[in-house]
Amino acid sequence: MGNKQTIFSAQQLDAYQSYVPFQRLFSRYRDLAPQLVPLDYTHQPDVKLPYELIGSMPELKDNPFRQRIAEVFSEDGEGNMTLDDFLDMFSVLSEMAPRDLKAYYAFKIYDFNNDDFICKLDLVKTLNKLTRNELTEDEVRMVCEKVMDEADMDNDGRLSLEDFQHVIVRAPEFLRYRHTPQ
Amino acid sequence: ILHVWLTRINFTLKLSPSVIGCREAQAFVEKFEGALGKGKGRKLYAYKVMMAKVLMGLPYGSIPRKTVPRPLLNRQFPLRCVGRRQGFMKYSVLFYGYYNDERTIGVLQFRLPLSYLLVGVGIFGYSLMVVIRTMARNANEGGDGTDEGDFNFSWKMFTSWDYLIGNPETADNKFASITTSFKESIVDEQENQKDENIHLRRFLRVLANFFILCTLGGSGYLIYFVVKRSQEFAEIDQDNLSWFEKNEVEFVMSLLGLVCPPLFETIAELEEYHPRIALKWQLGRIFALFLGNLYTFLFALFDEVNAKLENEKSIKNATITAYNEYYSNYSSFYNTTDVPPLDIQPADAIRGPCWETAVGIEFVKLTVSDIQVTYLTILIGDFLRAVLVRFLNYCWCWDLEAGFPSYGEFDISGNVLGLIFNQGMIWMGAFYAPGLVGLNVLRLLSSMYYQCWAVMSCNVPHERVFKASRSNNFYMALLLLVLFLSLLPVVYTIMTLSPSFDCGPFSGREKMYEIVMETIEKDLPAFIGNIFTYATNPGLILPAVLLMVLALYYLNALSKGYQQANLDLKKKMQMTRDEEKNRRNNKDSTNQVMKDLDDLLPNRSLIPPPEEEEPPPPVAQKGSKSPKLKPGSAANGKGVNLQKEVSLAATNPRGVVNRPPGPRGGPPGNIRGPQPGPGRGRGRGGPSSKAIGFIRGC
Repeated sequence: MGNKQTIFSAQQLDAYQSYVPFQRLFSRYRDLAPQLVPLDYTHQPDVKLPYELIGSMPELKDNPFRQRIAEVFSEDGEGNMTLDDFLDMFSVLSEMAPRDLKAYYAFKIYDFNNDDFICKLDLVKTLNKLTRNELTEDEVRMVCEKVMDEADMDNDGRLSLEDFQHVIVRAPEFLRYRHTPQ
Repeated sequence: ILHVWLTRINFTLKLSPSVIGCREAQAFVEKFEGALGKGKGRKLYAYKVMMAKVLMGLPYGSIPRKTVPRPLLNRQFPLRCVGRRQGFMKYSVLFYGYYNDERTIGVLQFRLPLSYLLVGVGIFGYSLMVVIRTMARNANEGGDGTDEGDFNFSWKMFTSWDYLIGNPETADNKFASITTSFKESIVDEQENQKDENIHLRRFLRVLANFFILCTLGGSGYLIYFVVKRSQEFAEIDQDNLSWFEKNEVEFVMSLLGLVCPPLFETIAELEEYHPRIALKWQLGRIFALFLGNLYTFLFALFDEVNAKLENEKSIKNATITAYNEYYSNYSSFYNTTDVPPLDIQPADAIRGPCWETAVGIEFVKLTVSDIQVTYLTILIGDFLRAVLVRFLNYCWCWDLEAGFPSYGEFDISGNVLGLIFNQGMIWMGAFYAPGLVGLNVLRLLSSMYYQCWAVMSCNVPHERVFKASRSNNFYMALLLLVLFLSLLPVVYTIMTLSPSFDCGPFSGREKMYEIVMETIEKDLPAFIGNIFTYATNPGLILPAVLLMVLALYYLNALSKGYQQANLDLKKKMQMTRDEEKNRRNNKDSTNQVMKDLDDLLPNRSLIPPPEEEEPPPPVAQKGSKSPKLKPGSAANGKGVNLQKEVSLAATNPRGVVNRPPGPRGGPPGNIRGPQPGPGRGRGRGGPSSKAIGFIRGC
């Protein structure tokens, strides 16, 4: 902020204004790469921040799923985010987002191969990311089998969005852990 | 709670609230309550009351009891006197003997003996309330150790990461704890599937228990033996004994406390229990060890107490005889009957033995040696070991860090048990040595910082993956048991043993509780006395007890009924899920069968054309969600029905909101046109592109 004057068109401001942390987020976005991000957004510049910058943000850098998060929210699916993607991401991660929205995006994050199902391989990858590869293969296999067993309602060997939501809705701690400090 | 207790103290003390001592004490407690936890607050409370008592009492030297006898005065004051708790300290405010027995003292008519008794008993009552309340609260939070819940593994996998973490060290800890939690669940699963030779196991378990009983018996005998010896030592002049002989009892008790638990663990290897159950057994055995030791110690002490009481009687007789002699000498010498009272310096008067102080001294000695042993163990066992391992590793043949000594582990359950036992000793000793409470508070404060430092600098996390119980109710139950067990000796002495006649607030009376009756007679109006008489009539008490027993039984039955209902509901839920699974399974298989039949039939044209598959209806915005069609079902004509069934079976009433929240895009109805359901349009492009489209379009 300071003496920088950010410029947005009236409609953009309209669109953004009810989203309270907007200015803060924009300045965070800009601070990642001041030379890339212009202050003047009236002409919708096509600016994308590469994944490396996003992944180095303090909120994300210790998160084992940061790459997936960036990929899910980015337009190109590679983790390079425009301002809109950036805002999307933080709005879903914030406390104000409804539970179902969070669940939907969580599903996408855990779906590593983007086929709209969480299959065994996705589970294995999730588990390994969570435990940083400290479990043995047998243990990993066992856990994934148990998860599939517990959650797979329609018995097709993979978790669909409904299965996932069915599980998450009943989880006691799900909501508390998806805040982002602003 | 503090305020409730403050008002209660006020009633007990019959003081106006403007007592300086109480105010200061309250300020003190409030200042430190934040720094210490809830559990320590109650000790502080007792300390606070003690301070009030001190401030109300008479200063040193004003009454004979508070002065130190002449022989001790003349002795030099070496530092070890303080450590030994003989000599000067015996007559200090720390111990029972300090308090005088006047019914009221000072300007404000503070009833010292009554308050002493009530506070002593009140400590137990208050502690009991706190423990039970904590247990009740914990009981609501879920099971005692076993994992419950339908989706344990799924929840662990999908919801255990804390997205607020921004610090690499915290992240490391979180990873470790997640891994630990998975391992715990895995072992739980595996244990459920083990199946082995039962008879051999049972035999081994019986054998192990036999060994452990032997160990317990041995340690109890050892303590008894040592206490007896210490009583013999007490007869000999103190200067001729070595340090070891003087502190033998405490030394032996601490040694047993150090050596036996690892011994139990080794023996327990025979038993092959599930780790969580094995942990509970281990803790139970350590508990039994502590109990056995403490009670043996107490029994040995009782012998000492009785000996002192005998001694008291003989001194009483001797004093009476001496006084009669003086009287007769004086009257015969001066030939008058008007004999002035004997004028002796308080310091020179013969003092009766004070068994309560002796008991208090023993407890303080025990606590202090416990403190010393703990600190030394940490210093040597953890710190020195860590230093050696770290620095010798450079010039040693095998890897010290990974191999034999390595770093000490921080044993959570052992430490919690230590705290519980410490608390038990304080409860027992507080009645005889009020200063013990203050001593313990200081000890807790200092050991908190000390152990904190030790853990961070020299310990590694414990390998064993289990906690004894998820909600800590196991430890609270132990604490409750310890509370009852420490209550017993104190109540026994209040009711049965007669107080020493020469020291303490109850001296001169037959039994300690008589002070209550005295107060009721003399201080309270007459009708209250009548009420108490009626209330203590057995004819009233027995029915009350009976009523309470019946209420207990009824509540127990009620709670069992609820548990059963809970279980039934869970089973029902499980059954419904399984049914759904089966139903869909059957659908699949019959579909497959149908397909095969179709293929087998020679003339396909004879088969009626498959029904037109209705395209899934466009999803109403916030209504039911559109079900995902299974690939297999598209081939046959059951598409529609399947759809309905699926939507009936697994409705998520909230629907799927698959767009970013309103704030960015204004009123939802506007931007979003007919929304493709999650069953369609799975591309990434959905929500955000719409938002961008809106922004760009306007």
